[in-house]
Amino acid sequence: MEDRTIAKYLLIESRDPFDSNDVAHWHGLARALVAEGNEVTLFLVQNGVFPARPGTHSAALSAVADAGVEVLVDEFSLRERGIATTALTRGAKASPLDVVIDQLADGRKAMWH
Amino acid sequence: MADKKTLTFALMDAPYENPRSTTAMRLIDIAVRRGHDVNVFAYEGAAALAFTEQKPHANAVHGRDVDEEDHPLPHRWIGALLGAAAAKGAKIDWVNCGLCVDERGVNQAVEGTRRGTPGDFWKFATESDNTLVIPTR
Repeated sequence: MEDRTIAKYLLIESRDPFDSNDVAHWHGLARALVAEGNEVTLFLVQNGVFPARPGTHSAALSAVADAGVEVLVDEFSLRERGIATTALTRGAKASPLDVVIDQLADGRKAMWH
Repeated sequence: MADKKTLTFALMDAPYENPRSTTAMRLIDIAVRRGHDVNVFAYEGAAALAFTEQKPHANAVHGRDVDEEDHPLPHRWIGALLGAAAAKGAKIDWVNCGLCVDERGVNQAVEGTRRGTPGDFWKFATESDNTLVIPTR
């Protein structure tokens, strides 16, 4: 059996998929990292929170969650955009931005998109 | 604080252009309020965040004077962050890229920040517990 250490990643998505086609690549990266046995959090912030509101791009986000990625959504960014934290797409969970600092302090490999 | 860490942030956005600047300030605020030390390397347009000549203005369209408009000034946010860090026994080492500052003529920076080079960012990254680069688009 291959001896490998599970790595932990924090992928921060600030872009709106209606505005940026490469959000799908970011989802693909998250899924691929999980498929290789790593632990991944996808944190949505700023306009990146839009697919958490049920709509055209929500299915792709739910699929990321279904693949085993933890999908968290910045509560403040949701409030700014009038999106209710109680009605997010399946697999997405509202979260304070504090999670980012906690995971950085925990040594997660972090990337911003 | 038993689990005090040092976190480094690289910022690149100029003030008033993108919510990334606001999110960066929020992150730094959370970090120092938790007692973590923070390094900031302000590169390219972000070198103007600490520029003290930023001025508030009135809003004639909405009929508001300067006080009513209460226009946000990033240099004041940085000053507030430095104060919040000191109150928590944390430290912010905020470095403004010197070449970027000179190019933009934004040499008057908030007291408590300093001038530096990309070499400072390399040093930050190698000596801190984690680094987050917040790039421009």
